[in-house]
Amino acid sequence: MRALIPFWSILSKDMKNYYLKPPNISWGIIFPFAWMLMMFIRTKTAINIQEVFPGIVSMSILFGTTSMLAVTITFERKARSFERLLLAPISIESLVFAKISGAILFGIFNSLIPVLVAIFYFKLNISSMFSLISGIILLSVVSTLLGLYISVAAKEVFEAQTYSNFFRFPMIFLCGLFVPVLSLPIIIRPLSFILPVTYGVDLLRNSINGIHIFQTAVNIVILLGFIVLLFTLSIYNIKKKWIK
Amino acid sequence: MKKIIEAKNLTKQFGDFTAVDSINFDVQKGEIFGFLGPNGAGKTTTINMLIGMAKVSSGQVFYYDENVTKIMKKAQKLIGVVADESNLYAEMNGFDNLCFCGSLYGMPKIEREQRAKKLLETFGLAEFKNRKFNAYSKGMKRKLTIAAGLMHNPEILFLDEPTTGIDVASGRHIRELIKKLNKRGTTIFLTTHYIEEAERLCNRIAFIKSGKIIKLDSVDNLLISNKEKKKIEISFAEKKFMEEELITELKANFGKLDCKILNQKTIEFSGKNDINIVPLINYLDRKEFNVLEAKVMKPSLEDVFVDVTGIELKMMKKEKEKK
Ligand SMILES: Nc1ncnc2c1ncn2[C@@H]1O[C@H](COP(=O)(O)OP(=O)(O)OP(=O)(O)O)[C@@H](O)[C@H]1O
Ligand SMILES: [Mg+2]
Repeated sequence: MRALIPFWSILSKDMKNYYLKPPNISWGIIFPFAWMLMMFIRTKTAINIQEVFPGIVSMSILFGTTSMLAVTITFERKARSFERLLLAPISIESLVFAKISGAILFGIFNSLIPVLVAIFYFKLNISSMFSLISGIILLSVVSTLLGLYISVAAKEVFEAQTYSNFFRFPMIFLCGLFVPVLSLPIIIRPLSFILPVTYGVDLLRNSINGIHIFQTAVNIVILLGFIVLLFTLSIYNIKKKWIK
Repeated sequence: MKKIIEAKNLTKQFGDFTAVDSINFDVQKGEIFGFLGPNGAGKTTTINMLIGMAKVSSGQVFYYDENVTKIMKKAQKLIGVVADESNLYAEMNGFDNLCFCGSLYGMPKIEREQRAKKLLETFGLAEFKNRKFNAYSKGMKRKLTIAAGLMHNPEILFLDEPTTGIDVASGRHIRELIKKLNKRGTTIFLTTHYIEEAERLCNRIAFIKSGKIIKLDSVDNLLISNKEKKKIEISFAEKKFMEEELITELKANFGKLDCKILNQKTIEFSGKNDINIVPLINYLDRKEFNVLEAKVMKPSLEDVFVDVTGIELKMMKKEKEKK
């Protein structure tokens, strides 16, 4: 029990200080609507929800998680309050886990609006609830970890934001959010396959029986692999770069 | 007495630059151990190695005789740290900041709330407990940062320049708190560049310069080592004179004494033996110096420091203020 105290405390502090602040909550609500509206204007007809669903859900998760880590990690490090965590008798692994839990939950929360709107308003047919839920969770975890990896490398908040944009925007096109990976030119396809978000999007495509590349189980295994890899790399970087 | 910390050949290199150069010392349980040195001497770097915020380039750190150089996490529950800059959460109030710090050490809610309340009272911050940290004044911030380092009741508290940049009254208050804390059993590792502070607070002091410990001893011993040295300061109504000329003349007449002209109003004489004051005053009187006062100076740690390190104190203070 005592070992869980720091975990809960870090998580609830981040929730209170960052995630539950009105601007951040409203971001999670407005952002998906803005994208749906954009799709609507672009197509000038009713949206084909089947086509845009994986993209909008992934975008909400991706932008929600990565933008928060620039604050909870890079900013706290710059303000030196992160030192307090490093000084506490908690392993770096567990304190980083506590730090990213907030962002993961925030990613999941951000996906709720588009999912609920799709199901209840657009009557989207979910063929596999399991793929949908595991897709949302794993995509939240993996994009949080991408954000973590970037935030650990950055010295300034603006650096973290620039770096993450550098990754986020190409990923919209490379990871099959709106254009299926298999319809991309063959030379750039390898890029798609080294980006973890591709497999998360594919999971969401599995869930609505859309055009997908792999089966649910394959996507899950690959995503778990990326999660282990990114977590290990980030911890390694913190130990190496932050404790000089 | 028990050793709580021991540093053996502790060294820190940043690339080619050696910030801390193979230093050896121990900290005894229950003492206030001072690290005294100018800017860039390596004080903060040493602390960082002792608390696990910097990797040790070579050498070892022991806590209670256990080599923890590579496993600092093991020692961290014993340690409280007050860094040289405030590092609490700007957007959180005083009370929440303290409670959060306590929770990182596994303190249950009720326990940490009680402790936070008590510390806020001790530090005279009770009425500001709901004020955000970034709305605190500099002195209040420093006090809360010290309180935060004490939340989990550490055995040893590291204080990195606790009174730098703080007004006289707050500085005194902080020194009193440090003393009290130490009386109740907390071992203290303190860095400072204020000699008087080190003299007033510490049991033992290490002088550190360019990453090396030049001298380490108890304050009493350091003062005794300097006791043979006698010093007299003679002041007079302001008078115009040529410094070099006067020095040569004084040398000729009082060869055994060192003379130093402090300004156009004061001359300092020092020597190994007791100084006979009458001939000095007579001499100056003949030269039409209107002597007002002759003071026998007590041996001070300041002199020891200047002797040992060759660093003039005024320089040290000036640099700090620039910062
Ligand atoms: N991360 C770093 N990289 C390179 N050099 C460093 C680093 N940190 C400290 N130094 C150098 O090591 C030396 C010792 O620095 P340190 O901060 O320990 O001094 P200090 O005694 O605490 O000084 P101050 O009184 O200014 O706080 C300085 O020359 C400093 O420039
Ligand atoms: Mg320092």
